[in-house]
Amino acid sequence: MALKKISDCEWELEKGYQKGMLVPGRIFANKTILRDIEDGALRQCANVASIPGILKYSIAMPDIHYGYGFPIGGVAAFDSDTGVISPGGVGFDINCGVRLLKTNLSIDDIKPNIKELIDNIFQNIPSGVGKKGKIRLSIPELEDVFYRGAEWAADNEYGWKKDLDNIEENGRMLNSDPNKVSDFAKKRGAPQLGTLGSGNHFLEIQQVDKIFDKDLANAYGILDEGQVTVMIHTGSRGCGHQICSDYLNEMERAAKKYGIKIPDRQLACAPAKSIEAQNYYDAMKCGVNYGFANRQAITHWTRESFENVLHEDSESLDMQTIYEVAHNIAKLEEHVVDGKKKQVYVHRKGATRAFGPHTTGIPKKYQDYGQPVIIPGDMGSASYLLAGTEKAMKTTFGSTCHGAGRRISRAAAKRKFRGDAVIKAMAKQGIYVRATNKTMIAEEAHGAYKDVNEVVRSAVESGISKVVARLTPVGVTKG
Amino acid sequence: MKYEYFDVTADVGVKAFGSTINEVFENSAIAVFHLMCSTKNVAHLKQIRIQVKSTDLEGLIREWLTQLLGLKDIHGMMFSKFKVQVDEKKMSLEGVGWGEETQEKHLIKTEVKAVTSHLIEVKKNKQWQAKFILDL
Repeated sequence: MALKKISDCEWELEKGYQKGMLVPGRIFANKTILRDIEDGALRQCANVASIPGILKYSIAMPDIHYGYGFPIGGVAAFDSDTGVISPGGVGFDINCGVRLLKTNLSIDDIKPNIKELIDNIFQNIPSGVGKKGKIRLSIPELEDVFYRGAEWAADNEYGWKKDLDNIEENGRMLNSDPNKVSDFAKKRGAPQLGTLGSGNHFLEIQQVDKIFDKDLANAYGILDEGQVTVMIHTGSRGCGHQICSDYLNEMERAAKKYGIKIPDRQLACAPAKSIEAQNYYDAMKCGVNYGFANRQAITHWTRESFENVLHEDSESLDMQTIYEVAHNIAKLEEHVVDGKKKQVYVHRKGATRAFGPHTTGIPKKYQDYGQPVIIPGDMGSASYLLAGTEKAMKTTFGSTCHGAGRRISRAAAKRKFRGDAVIKAMAKQGIYVRATNKTMIAEEAHGAYKDVNEVVRSAVESGISKVVARLTPVGVTKG
Repeated sequence: MKYEYFDVTADVGVKAFGSTINEVFENSAIAVFHLMCSTKNVAHLKQIRIQVKSTDLEGLIREWLTQLLGLKDIHGMMFSKFKVQVDEKKMSLEGVGWGEETQEKHLIKTEVKAVTSHLIEVKKNKQWQAKFILDL
């Protein structure tokens, strides 16, 4: 492997690894994680390094795995003048992301109610393949969602206005343009707002299992071990999938038009300033805002379910949003490159923004601490609350990992695990699972993923994140 | 064999076969929907016509399957039977999908989010073959 050691958790994929690389790759992983990285994922990291205008290096996070063009767990920043924008660098599930809610409950308070809570949430929040939501949107209303994101949801009494302060971009990317979204994508998006979806998406009731940094934890609203939290992981549903699909066609044409040579069709892109790239960017923002509104609506019903079961107001349960992050997104951000401030398009494909302290774009109350970063684990293990760092600002365009990262394929997982056995094993660990089907549970089994503890260790030891708290599941709903 | 799946870390790869270009497009669609549900339990109650265009066969098959995935969401249905007429000269396609509203008897499995362009290929050797990776 053509990897040069930078430190115990940082490796350079040298430019000579593959023909056409304009910059090296940079992999953030300890030795345990490095052993698990597939050659295909490294090749994809190298492919991204050959896209025009890429700055510094093609970045691979510790949860990197083979994707469908860009690797999953990849970050690539492009010069806003000479670089490109690529829909493949965001992916089909635009603004797939995670929200973390806190409560003032301790695990002992809800132990007898976990099954009832999960069953209530399962009934209350539509999940599963192609599921239609409870919100009926006309096309003009959907366009309003495209403009205003979570703000639209809060104005329509889905969730609280104060949630908006604790969402990346305040739950709304500005200057989105619904006219850049196809009618087909709109029709696909209209029935699905407020749905969880399927696959690796989930809603989980958790307990704080361990606090690693008391000051940071307190700043984020985590006060005690045993405190109950709720994690929501979903994205922009069919709406985002369609926006990406539509613009892949557009970008293939554009790449030819502008003479951009790409090693993989899925990396299709256009010069950042071109009309094609800007059209995609304005449409992508609609998908991003849809994702924000989706999680805001789901937050509302989650609170409702807690109220239904515990007969207490969600305000008095202090079910506030700690933070919400996007992990499939492209954004125009200012970063220092070669000692100079630069506007760059940062593509995070399965990677999370991890802005350090005193950075524009993170909530006032977190300015002294860095932004909260939410890392969902797999069903049977743990999730993490991390904090962004200055090192991330300097080395990864303010980014870190996004989850455990798959280790084996879905088919291999189905051969290896049985859904009902996984559910039983989880019940033994004290985790109640409710899902629309058991096959999917096998695909998402704990053993199909990398060890999230090692992923997080890599991110923390390399300095791109600080570890704040570990959260373990007690109840899971899956589509 | 109409189709087979191959392993990709987070997603699923499909190889579909056919003695004609039309058949390989039809079998590709069956492969996609069979991942999502038990297609044999989906009755042919609703019929939807589809027309798509592209610049090459790879683009055309991606567009065909993407349309079906979109219609599945829009109509809240599953498809189980397909008829396709590909015009290679015009690089266009007219197709029909049959299915019904999604319900429990379909034994829903997982969701296919999208058809990717990664390693996508439609070619003819002894018979027609399409190869593509789905984002799950």
